[in-house]
Amino acid sequence: MRTILRLFLLIAVSLTSQSFAAIDTYEFADEQTRERFYRLNHELRCPKCQNQSLADSNSPISMDLRREVYRLLEEGKNDREIKDYLVDRYGEYILYRPELSPHTLMLWLAPLILLLIGAVALIVLIKRRRLTLAQSSALDTEEQARLDRLLKDSHTATDKDLKARD
Amino acid sequence: MKRVYLFVPLIIFLALVALFAKGLKLDPTEMPSALIDHSVPEFSLPSLVAEERMLSREDLIGEVSLINVWGTWCPSCMHEHPYLMKLASQVPIIGINYKDVRQDAQQWLQKLGNPYVINVFDEQGTLGIDLGVFGAPETYVIDRQGYVRYKHVGVVDERVWLERLKPVIDRLRNEG
Repeated sequence: MRTILRLFLLIAVSLTSQSFAAIDTYEFADEQTRERFYRLNHELRCPKCQNQSLADSNSPISMDLRREVYRLLEEGKNDREIKDYLVDRYGEYILYRPELSPHTLMLWLAPLILLLIGAVALIVLIKRRRLTLAQSSALDTEEQARLDRLLKDSHTATDKDLKARD
Repeated sequence: MKRVYLFVPLIIFLALVALFAKGLKLDPTEMPSALIDHSVPEFSLPSLVAEERMLSREDLIGEVSLINVWGTWCPSCMHEHPYLMKLASQVPIIGINYKDVRQDAQQWLQKLGNPYVINVFDEQGTLGIDLGVFGAPETYVIDRQGYVRYKHVGVVDERVWLERLKPVIDRLRNEG
Protein backbone atom coordinates (compact mmCIF):
# COMPACT_ATOMS: atom_id res chain seq x y z
CA MET A 1 0.00 0.00 0.00
CA ARG A 2 2.74 2.35 0.97
CA THR A 3 4.63 1.72 -2.26
CA ILE A 4 1.50 2.38 -4.25
CA LEU A 5 1.00 5.62 -2.40
CA ARG A 6 4.58 6.60 -3.07
CA LEU A 7 4.26 5.75 -6.71
CA PHE A 8 1.12 7.80 -6.93
CA LEU A 9 2.84 10.75 -5.28
CA LEU A 10 5.75 10.46 -7.63
CA ILE A 11 3.49 10.50 -10.65
CA ALA A 12 1.51 13.42 -9.26
CA VAL A 13 4.66 15.41 -8.66
CA SER A 14 6.11 14.65 -12.06
CA LEU A 15 2.86 15.76 -13.65
CA THR A 16 2.67 19.06 -11.88
CA SER A 17 6.23 20.06 -12.49
CA GLN A 18 5.87 20.51 -16.19
CA SER A 19 9.29 21.82 -15.82
CA PHE A 20 11.24 24.29 -17.78
CA ALA A 21 14.30 22.12 -17.82
CA ALA A 22 16.29 25.00 -19.12
CA ILE A 23 16.38 28.32 -17.43
CA ASP A 24 17.58 31.26 -19.41
CA THR A 25 17.14 34.78 -18.33
CA TYR A 26 15.23 36.88 -20.78
CA GLU A 27 13.80 40.26 -20.06
CA PHE A 28 10.45 41.09 -21.58
CA ALA A 29 8.84 44.42 -22.21
CA ASP A 30 5.52 43.21 -20.84
CA GLU A 31 3.80 40.19 -19.37
CA GLN A 32 2.02 39.45 -22.63
CA THR A 33 5.25 38.97 -24.54
CA ARG A 34 6.57 36.72 -21.83
CA GLU A 35 3.50 34.54 -22.10
CA ARG A 36 3.80 34.41 -25.86
CA PHE A 37 7.44 33.39 -25.47
CA TYR A 38 6.54 30.52 -23.18
CA ARG A 39 3.62 29.43 -25.29
CA LEU A 40 5.71 29.42 -28.46
CA ASN A 41 8.48 27.47 -26.77
CA HIS A 42 5.98 24.86 -25.71
CA GLU A 43 4.53 24.57 -29.18
CA LEU A 44 7.84 24.34 -30.97
CA ARG A 45 9.71 21.11 -31.07
CA CYS A 46 13.38 20.62 -30.44
CA PRO A 47 14.87 19.37 -33.72
CA LYS A 48 17.56 17.35 -32.01
CA CYS A 49 15.69 15.70 -29.19
CA GLN A 50 12.53 14.72 -31.05
CA ASN A 51 10.15 14.32 -28.16
CA GLN A 52 10.76 17.50 -26.27
CA SER A 53 9.61 21.02 -26.86
CA LEU A 54 12.03 23.90 -26.99
CA ALA A 55 10.94 24.85 -23.50
CA ASP A 56 11.67 21.37 -22.24
CA SER A 57 15.03 20.78 -23.76
CA ASN A 58 18.46 21.75 -22.63
CA SER A 59 20.24 20.89 -25.86
CA PRO A 60 22.37 23.62 -27.43
CA ILE A 61 20.15 23.84 -30.47
CA SER A 62 17.11 24.45 -28.27
CA MET A 63 18.93 27.20 -26.44
CA ASP A 64 19.79 28.79 -29.78
CA LEU A 65 16.26 28.51 -31.03
CA ARG A 66 14.84 29.98 -27.83
CA ARG A 67 17.21 32.87 -28.30
CA GLU A 68 16.00 33.14 -31.87
CA VAL A 69 12.36 33.15 -30.76
CA TYR A 70 13.19 35.85 -28.26
CA ARG A 71 14.96 37.92 -30.90
CA LEU A 72 12.01 37.64 -33.27
CA LEU A 73 9.59 38.62 -30.49
CA GLU A 74 11.71 41.64 -29.72
CA GLU A 75 11.61 42.56 -33.39
CA GLY A 76 7.85 42.67 -33.07
CA LYS A 77 7.11 39.63 -35.19
CA ASN A 78 3.78 37.93 -34.60
CA ASP A 79 3.36 34.24 -33.75
CA ARG A 80 2.56 33.32 -37.33
CA GLU A 81 5.73 34.97 -38.63
CA ILE A 82 7.90 33.34 -35.99
CA LYS A 83 6.54 29.90 -36.79
CA ASP A 84 6.97 30.47 -40.51
CA TYR A 85 10.54 31.59 -39.93
CA LEU A 86 11.37 28.34 -38.15
CA VAL A 87 9.40 26.15 -40.57
CA ASP A 88 11.38 27.70 -43.43
CA ARG A 89 14.56 26.44 -41.81
CA TYR A 90 13.60 23.26 -40.00
CA GLY A 91 10.49 22.15 -41.82
CA GLU A 92 7.00 21.33 -40.57
CA TYR A 93 8.66 18.99 -38.15
CA ILE A 94 9.34 21.83 -35.76
CA LEU A 95 5.65 22.44 -35.09
CA TYR A 96 4.11 20.29 -32.41
CA ARG A 97 0.75 21.32 -33.78
CA PRO A 98 1.13 20.83 -37.51
CA GLU A 99 -0.68 23.08 -39.94
CA LEU A 100 -3.67 21.79 -41.85
CA SER A 101 -2.24 21.01 -45.27
CA PRO A 102 -2.75 18.26 -47.86
CA HIS A 103 -0.16 15.96 -46.36
CA THR A 104 -1.27 16.49 -42.75
CA LEU A 105 -4.96 16.19 -43.62
CA MET A 106 -5.04 12.53 -42.64
CA LEU A 107 -3.45 13.35 -39.31
CA TRP A 108 -6.13 15.88 -38.51
CA LEU A 109 -9.09 13.98 -39.89
CA ALA A 110 -8.24 10.46 -38.75
CA PRO A 111 -9.58 10.89 -35.18
CA LEU A 112 -12.81 12.37 -36.52
CA ILE A 113 -13.22 9.56 -39.04
CA LEU A 114 -12.54 6.92 -36.39
CA LEU A 115 -15.04 8.57 -34.08
CA LEU A 116 -17.65 8.54 -36.82
CA ILE A 117 -17.03 4.87 -37.60
CA GLY A 118 -17.33 4.10 -33.90
CA ALA A 119 -20.56 6.07 -33.56
CA VAL A 120 -22.12 4.42 -36.62
CA ALA A 121 -21.12 0.97 -35.38
CA LEU A 122 -22.63 1.72 -31.97
CA ILE A 123 -25.91 2.95 -33.43
CA VAL A 124 -26.21 -0.08 -35.70
CA LEU A 125 -25.53 -2.42 -32.79
CA ILE A 126 -28.09 -0.78 -30.53
CA LYS A 127 -30.74 -0.77 -33.23
CA ARG A 128 -30.14 -4.40 -34.02
CA ARG A 129 -30.37 -5.43 -30.39
CA ARG A 130 -33.64 -3.54 -29.94
CA LEU A 131 -35.06 -5.23 -32.98
CA THR A 132 -34.22 -8.72 -31.76
CA LEU A 133 -35.54 -7.95 -28.28
CA ALA A 134 -38.82 -6.67 -29.69
CA GLN A 135 -39.12 -9.72 -31.91
CA SER A 136 -38.49 -12.20 -29.15
CA SER A 137 -41.00 -10.68 -26.73
CA ALA A 138 -43.88 -10.01 -29.09
CA LEU A 139 -46.13 -12.90 -30.15
CA ASP A 140 -47.93 -12.97 -33.42
CA THR A 141 -51.66 -13.75 -33.47
CA GLU A 142 -51.17 -17.43 -34.12
CA GLU A 143 -48.80 -17.81 -31.18
CA GLN A 144 -51.15 -15.79 -28.97
CA ALA A 145 -54.04 -18.08 -29.87
CA ARG A 146 -51.92 -21.13 -29.10
CA LEU A 147 -50.93 -19.68 -25.76
CA ASP A 148 -54.53 -18.93 -24.83
CA ARG A 149 -55.50 -22.46 -25.76
CA LEU A 150 -52.73 -23.93 -23.70
CA LEU A 151 -53.64 -21.83 -20.70
CA LYS A 152 -57.27 -22.76 -21.01
CA ASP A 153 -56.42 -26.44 -21.30
CA SER A 154 -54.26 -26.33 -18.25
CA HIS A 155 -57.05 -24.61 -16.29
CA THR A 156 -59.58 -27.23 -17.20
CA ALA A 157 -56.98 -29.86 -16.46
CA THR A 158 -56.37 -28.52 -12.97
CA ASP A 159 -60.09 -28.21 -12.40
CA LYS A 160 -60.49 -31.84 -13.29
CA ASP A 161 -57.60 -32.81 -11.06
CA LEU A 162 -59.08 -30.96 -8.16
CA LYS A 163 -62.42 -32.55 -8.68
CA ALA A 164 -60.82 -35.97 -8.94
CA ARG A 165 -59.07 -35.42 -5.64
CA ASP A 166 -62.36 -34.61 -3.98
CA MET B 1 -24.26 -13.16 -38.67
CA LYS B 2 -22.09 -14.24 -41.53
CA ARG B 3 -18.99 -16.22 -40.75
CA VAL B 4 -16.80 -13.90 -42.80
CA TYR B 5 -17.36 -11.05 -40.36
CA LEU B 6 -15.50 -13.03 -37.74
CA PHE B 7 -12.31 -12.44 -39.68
CA VAL B 8 -12.62 -8.65 -39.64
CA PRO B 9 -10.71 -8.20 -36.34
CA LEU B 10 -7.95 -10.47 -37.60
CA ILE B 11 -7.64 -8.47 -40.80
CA ILE B 12 -7.51 -5.21 -38.86
CA PHE B 13 -4.91 -6.71 -36.56
CA LEU B 14 -2.74 -7.83 -39.47
CA ALA B 15 -3.05 -4.42 -41.12
CA LEU B 16 -1.88 -2.79 -37.88
CA VAL B 17 1.03 -5.23 -37.60
CA ALA B 18 2.10 -4.33 -41.14
CA LEU B 19 1.81 -0.62 -40.38
CA PHE B 20 3.82 -0.82 -37.17
CA ALA B 21 6.43 -3.10 -38.73
CA LYS B 22 7.01 -0.42 -41.35
CA GLY B 23 7.12 2.22 -38.64
CA LEU B 24 9.79 0.31 -36.76
CA LYS B 25 12.09 0.47 -39.73
CA LEU B 26 11.72 4.19 -40.26
CA ASP B 27 14.42 6.34 -38.80
CA PRO B 28 12.77 9.08 -36.75
CA THR B 29 15.91 11.19 -36.81
CA GLU B 30 15.84 11.33 -40.56
CA MET B 31 14.06 14.53 -41.36
CA PRO B 32 13.52 16.04 -44.73
CA SER B 33 15.50 19.24 -44.87
CA ALA B 34 13.42 22.31 -45.44
CA LEU B 35 16.33 23.74 -47.38
CA ILE B 36 16.43 21.20 -50.21
CA ASP B 37 16.30 23.07 -53.52
CA HIS B 38 16.58 26.36 -51.70
CA SER B 39 19.51 28.69 -52.11
CA VAL B 40 22.31 28.82 -49.57
CA PRO B 41 21.26 31.70 -47.29
CA GLU B 42 22.93 35.09 -47.30
CA PHE B 43 25.38 35.64 -44.49
CA SER B 44 28.39 37.67 -43.47
CA LEU B 45 30.79 35.86 -41.18
CA PRO B 46 34.55 35.77 -40.69
CA SER B 47 36.81 33.11 -42.11
CA LEU B 48 38.12 30.64 -39.56
CA VAL B 49 41.76 30.76 -40.60
CA ALA B 50 42.15 34.23 -42.09
CA GLU B 51 40.52 36.01 -39.17
CA GLU B 52 40.20 39.41 -40.81
CA ARG B 53 38.54 38.17 -43.93
CA MET B 54 34.74 38.37 -44.09
CA LEU B 55 32.97 35.69 -46.07
CA SER B 56 29.55 35.75 -47.70
CA ARG B 57 27.36 33.49 -49.76
CA GLU B 58 29.21 34.42 -52.96
CA ASP B 59 32.44 32.96 -51.58
CA LEU B 60 30.89 29.53 -51.30
CA ILE B 61 29.17 29.05 -54.62
CA GLY B 62 30.46 28.42 -58.13
CA GLU B 63 31.21 24.75 -58.03
CA VAL B 64 29.38 21.59 -57.12
CA SER B 65 30.64 21.13 -53.58
CA LEU B 66 30.01 19.76 -50.14
CA ILE B 67 29.23 21.96 -47.18
CA ASN B 68 30.31 20.28 -43.98
CA VAL B 69 29.14 21.56 -40.61
CA TRP B 70 31.62 20.65 -37.92
CA GLY B 71 33.02 21.60 -34.53
CA THR B 72 35.82 20.48 -32.27
CA TRP B 73 33.21 19.79 -29.58
CA CYS B 74 31.66 17.12 -31.74
CA PRO B 75 33.07 13.60 -31.35
CA SER B 76 31.50 12.33 -34.56
CA CYS B 77 33.32 15.09 -36.44
CA MET B 78 36.60 13.71 -35.14
CA HIS B 79 35.52 10.32 -36.39
CA GLU B 80 34.55 11.74 -39.76
CA HIS B 81 37.64 13.87 -40.30
CA PRO B 82 40.01 11.26 -41.82
CA TYR B 83 37.46 10.42 -44.48
CA LEU B 84 36.98 14.08 -45.34
CA MET B 85 40.75 14.28 -45.85
CA LYS B 86 40.42 11.53 -48.45
CA LEU B 87 37.42 13.15 -50.09
CA ALA B 88 39.09 16.54 -50.41
CA SER B 89 40.77 15.49 -53.65
CA GLN B 90 37.47 14.52 -55.25
CA VAL B 91 35.20 17.40 -54.36
CA PRO B 92 35.66 20.86 -52.84
CA ILE B 93 34.59 20.78 -49.20
CA ILE B 94 33.39 24.00 -47.61
CA GLY B 95 33.59 23.98 -43.83
CA ILE B 96 31.21 25.68 -41.47
CA ASN B 97 32.85 25.71 -38.09
CA TYR B 98 29.74 25.65 -35.98
CA LYS B 99 29.60 27.10 -32.46
CA ASP B 100 33.24 26.55 -31.77
CA VAL B 101 36.22 28.24 -30.16
CA ARG B 102 38.40 29.73 -32.86
CA GLN B 103 41.73 28.63 -31.41
CA ASP B 104 40.57 25.07 -30.80
CA ALA B 105 39.35 24.83 -34.37
CA GLN B 106 42.55 26.28 -35.80
CA GLN B 107 44.62 23.82 -33.78
CA TRP B 108 42.44 20.96 -34.93
CA LEU B 109 43.12 21.83 -38.56
CA GLN B 110 46.85 22.21 -37.96
CA LYS B 111 47.14 18.94 -36.12
CA LEU B 112 44.79 16.73 -38.09
CA GLY B 113 44.95 18.37 -41.50
CA ASN B 114 42.65 20.70 -43.36
CA PRO B 115 40.30 19.13 -45.88
CA TYR B 116 38.39 22.37 -46.43
CA VAL B 117 38.83 24.84 -49.28
CA ILE B 118 37.32 27.54 -47.11
CA ASN B 119 36.03 27.63 -43.56
CA VAL B 120 33.29 29.88 -42.25
CA PHE B 121 33.57 30.66 -38.55
CA ASP B 122 30.00 30.54 -37.27
CA GLU B 123 30.57 31.20 -33.60
CA GLN B 124 26.97 32.00 -32.66
CA GLY B 125 25.45 29.41 -34.92
CA THR B 126 23.44 31.98 -36.88
CA LEU B 127 24.29 30.56 -40.29
CA GLY B 128 23.59 27.18 -38.74
CA ILE B 129 20.05 28.25 -37.89
CA ASP B 130 19.52 29.64 -41.39
CA LEU B 131 20.69 26.31 -42.78
CA GLY B 132 18.46 24.35 -40.43
CA VAL B 133 21.41 22.71 -38.68
CA PHE B 134 20.50 20.91 -35.49
CA GLY B 135 23.68 19.07 -34.75
CA ALA B 136 27.02 18.25 -36.21
CA PRO B 137 28.24 16.78 -38.43
CA GLU B 138 25.87 17.63 -41.24
CA THR B 139 26.82 17.63 -44.87
CA TYR B 140 25.08 19.37 -47.75
CA VAL B 141 25.57 19.04 -51.48
CA ILE B 142 25.23 22.35 -53.32
CA ASP B 143 25.11 22.90 -57.05
CA ARG B 144 26.95 25.51 -59.10
CA GLN B 145 24.21 28.07 -58.59
CA GLY B 146 24.40 27.66 -54.82
CA TYR B 147 21.24 25.63 -54.35
CA VAL B 148 21.19 22.94 -51.68
CA ARG B 149 20.44 19.65 -53.41
CA TYR B 150 21.02 17.09 -50.71
CA LYS B 151 21.51 16.93 -46.98
CA HIS B 152 23.06 14.20 -44.93
CA VAL B 153 22.85 14.23 -41.14
CA GLY B 154 25.61 12.30 -39.43
CA VAL B 155 29.03 11.02 -40.27
CA VAL B 156 30.13 10.82 -43.89
CA ASP B 157 31.94 7.56 -44.52
CA GLU B 158 32.70 5.48 -47.57
CA ARG B 159 29.21 4.03 -47.72
CA VAL B 160 27.43 7.37 -47.39
CA TRP B 161 29.75 8.88 -49.97
CA LEU B 162 29.31 6.13 -52.54
CA GLU B 163 25.62 5.51 -52.01
CA ARG B 164 24.26 8.95 -51.33
CA LEU B 165 26.55 11.88 -51.98
CA LYS B 166 28.53 10.81 -55.05
CA PRO B 167 25.48 9.98 -57.19
CA VAL B 168 24.03 13.43 -56.51
CA ILE B 169 27.34 15.13 -57.22
CA ASP B 170 27.85 13.20 -60.46
CA ARG B 171 24.37 14.09 -61.61
CA LEU B 172 24.89 17.78 -60.81
CA ARG B 173 28.24 17.84 -62.58
CA ASN B 174 26.70 16.32 -65.68
CA GLU B 175 23.94 18.88 -65.68
CA GLY B 176 26.65 21.31 -66.74
